[in-house]
Amino acid sequence: MTLNIDTPAPPRRSGPRRTSGRRAAGRGGGGLTRFDLRATPYFLVSPYFLLFALFGLFPLGYTLWASLHDWELGGDKTFLGIDNYIELIADESFWNAVVNTVGIFVISTIPQLVLALMLANALNKRIRGRLFFRLGILLPLVTSVVAVAVVFTQLYGRDYGMINWFLGFFGVEPIEWQNQSWTAWLAISTMIDWRWTGYNAIILLAAMQTIPKDLYEAASLDGASPRRQFWQITIPMLRPTLVFVVFISTIGGLTLFAEPVMFEGNPTMAGGATGQYQTVAMFIVKEAFRDFDMGYASAAAWMLFALILVGILINYSFTRRIGGNK
Amino acid sequence: MLNHKRHGKLAAIAVTAATALALTSCGSDEPASTAGGGGSAAPAEPVTITVHTFGGGENFGYDKAVETWNAAHPNIQVKYQNLTDRFEDVYLPQLLQKLQAGSGTADIVGIDEGAMGLMAQRPQFFTDLGQYGLQDRKSDFPAAKWENGVNKDGKLFALGTDIGGMAMCYRKDLFEKAGLPGERDEVTKLWPDWNSFMETGKKFQEKVKDAKFLDGPNTLYNTVLSQEAPKNGNVAYFDKSNQLIIETNPAIKTAFDTVKAYSEAGLTAKLASFTPEWNAAIKKGGFAVMGCPAWMVGVIEGAAGEENKGNWDVAGVPGGAGNWGGSYLAVPSQSKHPKEAAEVLNFLTGKEGHVLAFEEANAFPSSLSGQQDPKVSEKKNAFFNDAPVGKIFGDSTANLLPVFLGEKHAQVKTAAEKVLEGMDKGSIPYAEAWTKFVEAGTKAAG
Repeated sequence: MTLNIDTPAPPRRSGPRRTSGRRAAGRGGGGLTRFDLRATPYFLVSPYFLLFALFGLFPLGYTLWASLHDWELGGDKTFLGIDNYIELIADESFWNAVVNTVGIFVISTIPQLVLALMLANALNKRIRGRLFFRLGILLPLVTSVVAVAVVFTQLYGRDYGMINWFLGFFGVEPIEWQNQSWTAWLAISTMIDWRWTGYNAIILLAAMQTIPKDLYEAASLDGASPRRQFWQITIPMLRPTLVFVVFISTIGGLTLFAEPVMFEGNPTMAGGATGQYQTVAMFIVKEAFRDFDMGYASAAAWMLFALILVGILINYSFTRRIGGNK
Repeated sequence: MLNHKRHGKLAAIAVTAATALALTSCGSDEPASTAGGGGSAAPAEPVTITVHTFGGGENFGYDKAVETWNAAHPNIQVKYQNLTDRFEDVYLPQLLQKLQAGSGTADIVGIDEGAMGLMAQRPQFFTDLGQYGLQDRKSDFPAAKWENGVNKDGKLFALGTDIGGMAMCYRKDLFEKAGLPGERDEVTKLWPDWNSFMETGKKFQEKVKDAKFLDGPNTLYNTVLSQEAPKNGNVAYFDKSNQLIIETNPAIKTAFDTVKAYSEAGLTAKLASFTPEWNAAIKKGGFAVMGCPAWMVGVIEGAAGEENKGNWDVAGVPGGAGNWGGSYLAVPSQSKHPKEAAEVLNFLTGKEGHVLAFEEANAFPSSLSGQQDPKVSEKKNAFFNDAPVGKIFGDSTANLLPVFLGEKHAQVKTAAEKVLEGMDKGSIPYAEAWTKFVEAGTKAAG
């Protein structure tokens, strides 16, 4: 602000800047002042963008560059062009990881969002101990992902796990949960849902509370049942929030990593003997930091990025139809 | 060192390696072989030598050794730091990045055996220790340990810290329950070879229903492979020109078939090593025997806990000697003080350093002079019923032959053992297992 040296009347400095900045600048005559006015906002927001460039854009670009090379960690790199991508598209284990990731995403996220919606709706009612329940469903979120995974992995243990112990009462033989894809997916999905359902419910609940009460009152007067009110008022009004929640869940689901890694017990990133629950994120880490093939891993990372974009587009096309005719 | 925190199979051991003392270029008139003698002409300025290692618990066990060195060498001060408990997925990738970047490593770095094949293919990263006279240490190491510290150009780049001589660890209480002898010499006599080991297993399994004879595929496989590889040209997954021979090496096939036989006979608890379930079974007596390199003793003690003191014991291994795991020390070529680093490395991998590390962290010395020291050779392990671990593991390593480790040894080993685990647990049918095993290894070799 001290740049504004020509301004004769100091008390007016802040006034004119807001209300008639252009005129003030002109009168101040300074290129400096104009520069100040134009540049300051950019300067003030720049820390975010500088950090983003450093930790967001640069790694993105560098990964792209790396993905075009045959690059072994601690070895040579040679330019390959798009060979890594071609190889990746033909790589069965990559597609296996994609199937696992999408499979876990589907069986975890759909029940999770439905459950979150039901919970939010229930908590939006006048019930006793509402605050307690609202805090309660958010509680799993404060535990660390790894802690959740470790505990659940023990629950799913073959020999000493509580779930097999419980199933034993019904005559079920101990299940080796890691052994088959569907059992592993199921186990991993429960970890995800346990932690994230409450989080999504709280977001949806917050959105529900912004819906004007008079809409419901009017609907009641017209004789709409609570169920009808839910479908015809709540859901359409929630649409922007649902889109947000679905996006976040899609990104989280497709980059799934910690739960299946811990579930394996021994972090080789293989996701089971035949990759029954190896996710794409695990595949990337395995290629980069177990097999030291940085180029190939970078290509896989870009493929995951593309996969997420596709996933979001598909989900967006679904969610924007919610509430239909609006 | 090796403790339960280091899940990776690579992870095994900590070792220290060696070094050089010798200072031939610098006019010391002390004999090069006096480890820790350190009689070199003092540099004008005090030099700081950094040492980075990995491993949980006591890891390489260098606290006392470093203290001893620093007290005797005011001009060469050692700073010792254990970076992480995870070798395979944390330490090794970081080390490779720093080596490639040309800065950031310590003057002396610890390397697990599993990565030695990889490092041997990259001579540019490490100082030739031979130029500091460490070549003279050759007679102090079993050939098996020495050869893996020589790179593809034939230069010495690393010396051994600990070594994973083989034994079998067993649950005395479960053996007695099965009507088998519990005393370790008697147990050793039960299984002079693998056939009698199988017979013992069947006898055990007839009597005991709530525990299995063996833990799972990994320890058995590595035990057999460590014995078979020296019989088949001293190679495992790769031949000496770094070609994958997983399909043709009889040693691999024998080890594979052995695991398959025990798994099909229902003698395994179907547990993959270094997993939480495996740890739980060690504690709760889920199985009776496992292949047991020297560093595994610490893993079992950690997993089993105080309440199992005396339940576990150590017996001889069927079929003779073997080595599984162990670590090395090397001096990266980016070190500013390679001569002094070599001196320190020589001390840490010499008799005195090895014995101190053994006392501190149970790192079984890879040097013959270290193994012969009474503090090592007469050592008894209280947790294992006072088993004479010094003698058992020393005997098992004395005549070891070197096994060549290919550049991608660690990756192939991990991939192949995954298939064994799948076969044992039933997600891969026995009939398809060998094909999958070869496929997985081939893929991992890239």
